[in-house]
Amino acid sequence: MSNQSTVAFVRREILPPAPPPPGQAGVVKWMRENLFSSVTNTLLTILSIYLIWSVLSAIMPWTLNGIWAAGSLSECREIRDARGLESAACWAVINERWLQLLFGFYPTDDRLLSSLFYADQLAAAGGLEAVFGAGSNATDRIAFVNAMKAELSNLTIFFFGYWRPLVAVLLLVVAVAPILYASLPRGMLLFSLAYPFIGVFLFWGGSVWGPVMVALGIVASLYIGRFVAAGYGMLGGGLAAVAAFIIIFLNPLPFIDHGGLFPLLPHVKGLAASVIPLGLPAIPSDQFGGFMLAIIIGTSGIVLSLPIGILLALGRQSNMPFIRWVCVTFIEVIRGVPLIVWLFVASTLLKYFLPPGSSFDALLRVIILVTLFASAYIAEVVRGGLAALPKGQYEAADSLGLDYWKSMQLIVLPQALKISIPGIVNTFIGLFKDTTLVVFVGLRDPLGLTNAIRATSEWNGIYWELYIFVALLFFTFCFFMSRYSMYLERKLQTDRR
Amino acid sequence: MADMTGTPRDTFRLSQLLYDARYRSMTIQVIAAMLLMLSLAWLVDNTVQNLAALGKDFSFRFLWTTAGYDINQQIIPFSSQDTHARAALVGILNTLLVAFMGCILATVIGVLAGVLRLSKNFVVAGIMTFYVEAMRNTPLLIWILIVFAVMTEATPQPRDFREGGGASMILWDSVAISNRGVFVPKPLWGEGSGLVVAVFLLSIAAIFILRRVARKRQEQTGEQLPVFRLSLALFFIPALLAFFVMGQPITLEMPELGGFNFVGGIQIRNSLIALWLALSLYTSAFIAEIVRSGILAVSRGQTEAAFALGMQPNRTMQLVILPQALRVIIPPLISQFLNLTKNSSLALAVGYMDVRSTLGGITINQTGREIEGILLLGTFYLIVSLIISSAMNYYNSSVKLKER
Repeated sequence: MSNQSTVAFVRREILPPAPPPPGQAGVVKWMRENLFSSVTNTLLTILSIYLIWSVLSAIMPWTLNGIWAAGSLSECREIRDARGLESAACWAVINERWLQLLFGFYPTDDRLLSSLFYADQLAAAGGLEAVFGAGSNATDRIAFVNAMKAELSNLTIFFFGYWRPLVAVLLLVVAVAPILYASLPRGMLLFSLAYPFIGVFLFWGGSVWGPVMVALGIVASLYIGRFVAAGYGMLGGGLAAVAAFIIIFLNPLPFIDHGGLFPLLPHVKGLAASVIPLGLPAIPSDQFGGFMLAIIIGTSGIVLSLPIGILLALGRQSNMPFIRWVCVTFIEVIRGVPLIVWLFVASTLLKYFLPPGSSFDALLRVIILVTLFASAYIAEVVRGGLAALPKGQYEAADSLGLDYWKSMQLIVLPQALKISIPGIVNTFIGLFKDTTLVVFVGLRDPLGLTNAIRATSEWNGIYWELYIFVALLFFTFCFFMSRYSMYLERKLQTDRR
Repeated sequence: MADMTGTPRDTFRLSQLLYDARYRSMTIQVIAAMLLMLSLAWLVDNTVQNLAALGKDFSFRFLWTTAGYDINQQIIPFSSQDTHARAALVGILNTLLVAFMGCILATVIGVLAGVLRLSKNFVVAGIMTFYVEAMRNTPLLIWILIVFAVMTEATPQPRDFREGGGASMILWDSVAISNRGVFVPKPLWGEGSGLVVAVFLLSIAAIFILRRVARKRQEQTGEQLPVFRLSLALFFIPALLAFFVMGQPITLEMPELGGFNFVGGIQIRNSLIALWLALSLYTSAFIAEIVRSGILAVSRGQTEAAFALGMQPNRTMQLVILPQALRVIIPPLISQFLNLTKNSSLALAVGYMDVRSTLGGITINQTGREIEGILLLGTFYLIVSLIISSAMNYYNSSVKLKER
């Protein structure tokens, strides 16, 4: 206790917390640690900021001073000179041609447009049937439509003239949503299953009974198979399903054809169409174009290539040498040759490989080739996932007495696919970007359309604005896909630490 | 009694082919083989019929007929009087040229971008993230077209290089970037230049030997040689000595403005430059991601352990981090090289005469030999990719961690 008197000073209360010294908190500290921690770092920071500044100062005035209303490139330049600007983007080309970049030469629904927004002139011209009916004059019709489109705004044409692809894409989003986000009601998956038929009907048109009958035919084959399987086992069921499918859709045996009864589908379809004629004007694939083409090819390629790719990967791991050999050859040959050569095969060689006289839709050819191409890449990605799985998982599945397909479905694939998500999504992004290559086989993709736009006298010599627009379109989609894959990876991460 | 203890009778029933695990895989394979044969036969039969209907045959004799077209970018001499086979060879060399140049530049940019993206510096990492995302999420074809447009639309014309034209050559008046192409100095190989080149090649070989010797020595004795400085000296000094001893046999021919275009030097066409730059920039974004994930894959504990052993930071990088990171980096890096090679077939978009444009383009159009031409073209790409992927498999097995 005597100590107490010798201690000169003892603090009896806690000091109020003082703010950290300047330079040790907030923005300054952060900048010190991150931007100016060493000489090299400081130099890098200054260099980067200079880089950003020089790029932005070159691009921003051009972008922001852009001219949105002009009829041609020369008009754009006149406006620019009149405003005394050094450089200005001519966004007017996008303003005028964005519909074309999105849809190519896909026809607008002129009947709808004219009856909604051009009713007076339509009545003056003699009504819908006189202008668009079977007996109407083509030259008059084109003149009428051109006059109408000159008066309507691009947005009106977008929403009402292109309602078919628009609705198809919107429904596509609805169909894809439950697959992407597990929190949505599972019932929506039924719509996803039905979407391929709805989408085909909206994009291609024709009688509604075509897609309906195909869907019914597939469902019927499956049900027949299931029914037979209940009595005669899996094998009998499978054979019955295949037989039903052949009777409904194909007719490989020429001697059955004499009665003209098989395949069943055209007859039923014709009957239904004659009773209830319902449908949209048919639009052939060669009128498809623009970014819509990328969406159609990309989506079908993505949807079809995943199952094929998984099967190929399983085949490559199979312990049946012949199956393994076939899968390896297929994968390596497809991957070893560039897509552009495969597209070339689709456009020039396929006609040699098919029976004489048969013709094949150009878009369908491209979709098939793109699908096969992507599936070989998916197969390699999935193989990586399968190989990364510890051997114990396979052994555990076997020891539970699961057969091959059950063990794959319940134990192996869920884990292997989870590991391969980034790779699979990267392949999908690659596929989506590769849809631009169809320009080389004569389809009108957005890049091909930029050439078509430049070929007109108004927009001759315009490059950057068109390329930037197309690049941004693709960037938006691909960026979303890559972010989604990150989200999915985080969500499926079960071994959180 | 005998019946009760005897083994089950070994009769064979047809259903065993399907339900007995011993025979099932064989059954499936035989059926698959038959289906494959049938479909192949169907395809071949169709092709034969179609060819017969068109009055064509299947032969490669067209390769030895006169090509009759010119190729503007050639490594080996070619004129329109040469054969289609030689045209194909020129195209193959052009493909390999742009692929080789592209792989080097893409690796340099990619490694730089990948390392900088890991930087703690917010601004630098941000720029690199932007770069990588912009490149990866936009089609390569757009980049090729954009770079080509930059090269042809935004560069000065040759006449602008005259006095007061507003354009000037860069790198001490040796390189001219114009809308007709990039003109670079051309080395002229004089008397005795072969010796200089030989000395240079020998000194490179010496560098490799030096590195090996130094590593052995370190492993045995722990002594470290100043490898980097010695290599640098070996790289420059002998070649420069030989160059001056032989009386400066190698000179440069500078491109000069003559008439409406440059004369002298080497003209590198804009198509090659655009393809090269676009391929490199695009692929470098993927390489950057590979490098980044490779470095991140080495756990921090490795670095800390190396520091705890008292290693210098650069030795840590060299001996601990890099060998482990490279195991992760190299395989996908090689498959990126493969992708770059295959993507070089987009040369078509800018008119660069690669193998797709010579053999798979003009030759096919002129001779009408689609099947043969595409078969050869596909075989070429397939061989290249098989060579590259077998090199990768060899590397993979040599660095594989040895497990049970």
